[in-house]
Amino acid sequence: MAGHSPGSGSHETDDLTIGEAATRLRSRSLTSSGLLEVVLDRASMTEAELHCFLTIDHEGARTAAAAADDRLAAGRPLGQLDGIPVAVKDNFCTRGLATTCSSQILAGYRPPYDATVVTRLRQAGAVLVGKTNLDEFAMGSSTENSAFGPTRNPWDPSRVPGGSSGGSAAAVAIGSVLGAFGSDTGGSIRQPAALCGVVGMKPTYGLVSRYGLVAFASSLDQIGPLGRTVSDALDLFEAVAGPDPLDATSYPEPLPDIRSHLDRGMEGLRVGLVEELGGEGYEPAVSAAVGDMMARLEKEGAEVSEVSLPSFEVALSAYYLIAPAECSANLARFDGVRYGLRVGGSTVEEMMALTRAEGFGPEVTRRILLGTYALSAGYYDAFYGQAQRVRTLLINELNDAYRNVDVLVSPASPTTAFALGAKTQDPLSMYLADVCTIPSNLSGHPAISVPIGLDPDGLPIGFQVMAPALGEPRLFRVAAAVERLAEFKARPAMVGRS
Amino acid sequence: MNWEPVIGIEVHVELRTASKMFCGCAVSFGEDPNTNVCPTCLGLPGALPVINATAMDWIIRIGLALRCEITSHSVFHRKNYFYADLPKNYQISQYDLPVAINGSFDVTVDGEELRVGIERAHMEEDTGKSLHQGEGGRIHAATATLLDFNRSGVPLVEIVSRPDIRSPAQARAYAQDLRALVAELGVSDARMEEGSIRFDANVSVRPYGSAELGTKVEIKNMNSFRSLERAIAAEIDRQVGLGERGETVIQETRHWDEDAGVTHSMRTKEGSSDYRYFAEPDLVPLAFDADSVRLLQSDLPELPADRRRRYAAMGLDEHAVAVLAASDSSLRGLFDLTVEAGSDVAVAANWITGEVIAAVRRAGQSLDDTPLTGAGLADLLSMVGDGLLSSSAAKDVLTGVIRGEGSPREVAANRDLLQVSDRSVIEAAVTQVLASQPEAIARYRAGEGKVLGFLVGQVMRATGGKADPKLVNEELRSQLG
Repeated sequence: MAGHSPGSGSHETDDLTIGEAATRLRSRSLTSSGLLEVVLDRASMTEAELHCFLTIDHEGARTAAAAADDRLAAGRPLGQLDGIPVAVKDNFCTRGLATTCSSQILAGYRPPYDATVVTRLRQAGAVLVGKTNLDEFAMGSSTENSAFGPTRNPWDPSRVPGGSSGGSAAAVAIGSVLGAFGSDTGGSIRQPAALCGVVGMKPTYGLVSRYGLVAFASSLDQIGPLGRTVSDALDLFEAVAGPDPLDATSYPEPLPDIRSHLDRGMEGLRVGLVEELGGEGYEPAVSAAVGDMMARLEKEGAEVSEVSLPSFEVALSAYYLIAPAECSANLARFDGVRYGLRVGGSTVEEMMALTRAEGFGPEVTRRILLGTYALSAGYYDAFYGQAQRVRTLLINELNDAYRNVDVLVSPASPTTAFALGAKTQDPLSMYLADVCTIPSNLSGHPAISVPIGLDPDGLPIGFQVMAPALGEPRLFRVAAAVERLAEFKARPAMVGRS
Repeated sequence: MNWEPVIGIEVHVELRTASKMFCGCAVSFGEDPNTNVCPTCLGLPGALPVINATAMDWIIRIGLALRCEITSHSVFHRKNYFYADLPKNYQISQYDLPVAINGSFDVTVDGEELRVGIERAHMEEDTGKSLHQGEGGRIHAATATLLDFNRSGVPLVEIVSRPDIRSPAQARAYAQDLRALVAELGVSDARMEEGSIRFDANVSVRPYGSAELGTKVEIKNMNSFRSLERAIAAEIDRQVGLGERGETVIQETRHWDEDAGVTHSMRTKEGSSDYRYFAEPDLVPLAFDADSVRLLQSDLPELPADRRRRYAAMGLDEHAVAVLAASDSSLRGLFDLTVEAGSDVAVAANWITGEVIAAVRRAGQSLDDTPLTGAGLADLLSMVGDGLLSSSAAKDVLTGVIRGEGSPREVAANRDLLQVSDRSVIEAAVTQVLASQPEAIARYRAGEGKVLGFLVGQVMRATGGKADPKLVNEELRSQLG
C-alpha cells in the first residue's frame, strides 16, 4: 500500500522547487553547497531501495556547487539554474563520466565529450549530481530493461517508475535532485513523469539539440525536462533549448517568450479531449480524473470538446516499425571495435556478433531484429514505408484538428504505476503503455504531463496536454492552469522518512 | 562467335575540401593515424553529422561539368552494412535521389570522340582504412588489422557511367580524361596512387548485335590506368571463354591480381547485398536553388572536350590539338592570349609547345613566374614573320625576355640580334662579297650549285650574321644571274 503525506518534510530545505531554491540562493539564505548536501543526503537514504542513479559524481558536484557559491556570493549568478542540483539520464554523453545507456555493451564507457545539453547546463551553472537509470538504450516503459537493475517508484517501491526515463522521474519525485532531464522517443519522459507524480515535457522536435544524446530513433528522440512544477520544467527547458550548429535537425530560430504565458489562464482557449485515448484498457480512476479536470478547465473559461483522431489507433503500430528500424541502424555502431564491450572471436564478424549478443539485453535485441526486418528488401514498402505514410496521415489529421482546438488533452498513461514484473512477460502489453504519448513523437509536436491527483492506491495520475509544432507558449499556459486547478501537493511517503 | 564487351565505370573521387563531409575534421593525406578524428567521424555514441556546404557546391560543379541535370530535391540515405572500418556500420550515402543525373562526357580515343553517358553522381562519406597485417596485405591471411580513421568521413563523389564503353582502351581513356577533368575543376588531387581517385569496372559480354545485356561482373583493385586496361581485358577474355564453352557468368565481385594477371572471385553471393536503405533522419533533405546552380555553372572552367573542339575550329591540326589540350593551364592561357594578340594559330601553337616550354625549363622557373606575356610573344613571332629576326635569333630573344631583360624588341636591340632585311643593305653586301669572290662566281656559273651556300655564308659573315638569309639567297641568285 503506497503512502503519501501532505506538506513538506522535516528539513526547511526539503523539497524546494527550483523556483524556491533559486530565490533563496540569490538571497543567500541558502548555499548551493548546502543544498547539494541535502540532496546527496536524500539520495544516500533512498538509493538502496529506489536505485535512481547509475553514477553519482560527488566530487564533480561539490566542485560545481562551490563555484556556484562564489558567483552567488559575488551577486553574479549565471541564471535561474545557477547552483541548482540536477541529473541527466545516462544516455546523455558526459565527458569523463560513465555513460552506459544502462547497457552492458557500454559498461564503463566514458565519452570524450559533453552533449550540447550538458554543456549548456554547465554554462548555466547547474550542479550535475549524476546520471540516472533508464531502460536499456531508452527502450522500454518501466526501467525494468536496465542491465543494472530496475528503478523503483518512490510512491510504492514494489511498482515501476515508468520508463524509459524512470531514474530521472524518480529522482525528482524523491528529491534527490531538484530537476532532471530525460529523453522521449515514444513517451519516455511523460509516462514516467505521470507515474512518479512530477511534470515531464517533450519539446517540439528540433528545439533541443540531440548532439551527445545516444540515439535510439533519430526522427523521434527529443530531450526534455522533468521537474516538480510547470515553472521548474520551463526553467530547465529554457536553459538548454535553442539552435545548435552541431545538430542538423535543430530548429534555427531562438526560443520565443514562454514565461509570460504561464499566468494567462484558460479564457477563450479551445481544449479537445482525444476520444481514442480512453475507454477500455484505461484505469477508471485515470479516466475519472481526466474528466474531472476537463470540467474544471471549462469552469475556468475554456471551450471544451471531444475530438476524434482515428489515426491514433494505428499510431502504436507505426511507431513500433519506425523506431526499431531507425534503432537497428543507430545501434549498429556497437560492435566491439572502437569502444565498449568486446568479446573475442576468431574473425571480425564473430567478434562483432558475440559482442552484440552478450552486450545487448532481450528488448534491445528484439527491436533491432524487428527493425532490420522492417527495412529489408521485399518488406520495406509493406512495413517501414507504410509506417511512414501512416505517420504523414497522422500529422495531417492533427494539423486539421488544430484548426478547431488550441490544445489536445488525454491521460499521459492508461494506468498508474504497475507492479514490477507485471508486464515483462508480454512485450506487447508493455508497448501499450505508450499509446497516449506516441502520437506526439510521430508528429514532432510538443506535449507535457502534469500530475493532477492520486488513485485509490495512492498512485499519481498524469494529465497530458498536447499542442501543435512550436506551440510551447500555449502548452505551458494550459499546463500551468491545470497545475493551479489540480493543487497537487502530495509527496511520496518515503520523503517523510529521510 | 563475335563477342561485344559492354563496360561501365564507377569512379570514386575524394574531394579535397578543407574539412570532412559531415564534421569539422581536416582532410589531409599522409598524417599520423587517427589524428584527424572526432566523435562524428569515429561513430561515437551521440555524435551527429552536419553537411559540408562547400562539398555540395563541388559535387554540383562536377555534375554540371558532366552535363548532368542537378536534381532540385536531393536526399541522403543510410547504406547499412557491418565492416570494421565503417564506424557507424552504416555509410551516409545517396540512394534514389542523387545530386546529379543524366549527363554525358566526351572522351578522345585514338583520335576519335566517344560520348559516354553519365548515369548519376552522388555524395557519400569515405570509410576508414584497414591495414591488414600479414601476408600480402589482404584480409584472408591477416593476423591482425589496424584501423586508421583519418579518411573516415572524407567527402566522396561517386560517378557512375552508363555501360557505353566497348573496349579496354576506351575504358582507360575514359578514366584518364575523367581524372583530368576532376583535377582541372580543382576539387580533388585525383591521384590513383594516393587513393584520391578510384575506379571500379562493370564488365559483361554479349554476342555482337544482341540488344540484351550479359551478366555483369564488378572488378575491383585496379590501381593504375594500365592495370585498369589489363584487368578489363583479362575479364573480357575470361567471360568470352566461359561463353564459348557454354558456361554461365556468375554475377559477382572479382579482385584484380596485378602479379598473376587475372581476376579472382571475392565472394559468392546470391543476388546483391541488401543495404536496407532508408532516408537519413539526422539530415534535412537538400533543395538546390536555381540561382546558385546557375552561378556555379557560369564559374566552370572550359571543359576539355569543348577546348579540343575550339582548337580544331581554329584550324590546328590533330597533333597540335592533342599536344596543346594536354598542356597545363598556364601554357594554354598563353596560347589564347598570343592568338588574341594577332598571332597565326599554328605558329603560336608550335612555338608554345616547343620553344617556350624548353626556354622556361632552361630558366628553371614556371611559366607564371616569367614576364612573358601573350602580347610579347605575339610581337616576337611577328618579328620573325616580318623577317626582323631569324628563327635562331628569336630563340635567343625569347630566352632574354624570360630572363627579364625586357620586351622582345628591347632584347633584340640590346643583344644586337635584329636581322637585316633592308634590301639595299643586302644588295650592297652581296655586291661587295661577289666582288671579292671571282673564283666562287666562276664555279657557280660552271654548275656547282652548292657554292651558293658558301657565298651566303660569306654575306652572313660580312653582315655580322644579321642578314636575312632568305633575302641574301635571293639577292645572290639575282646578281649572279
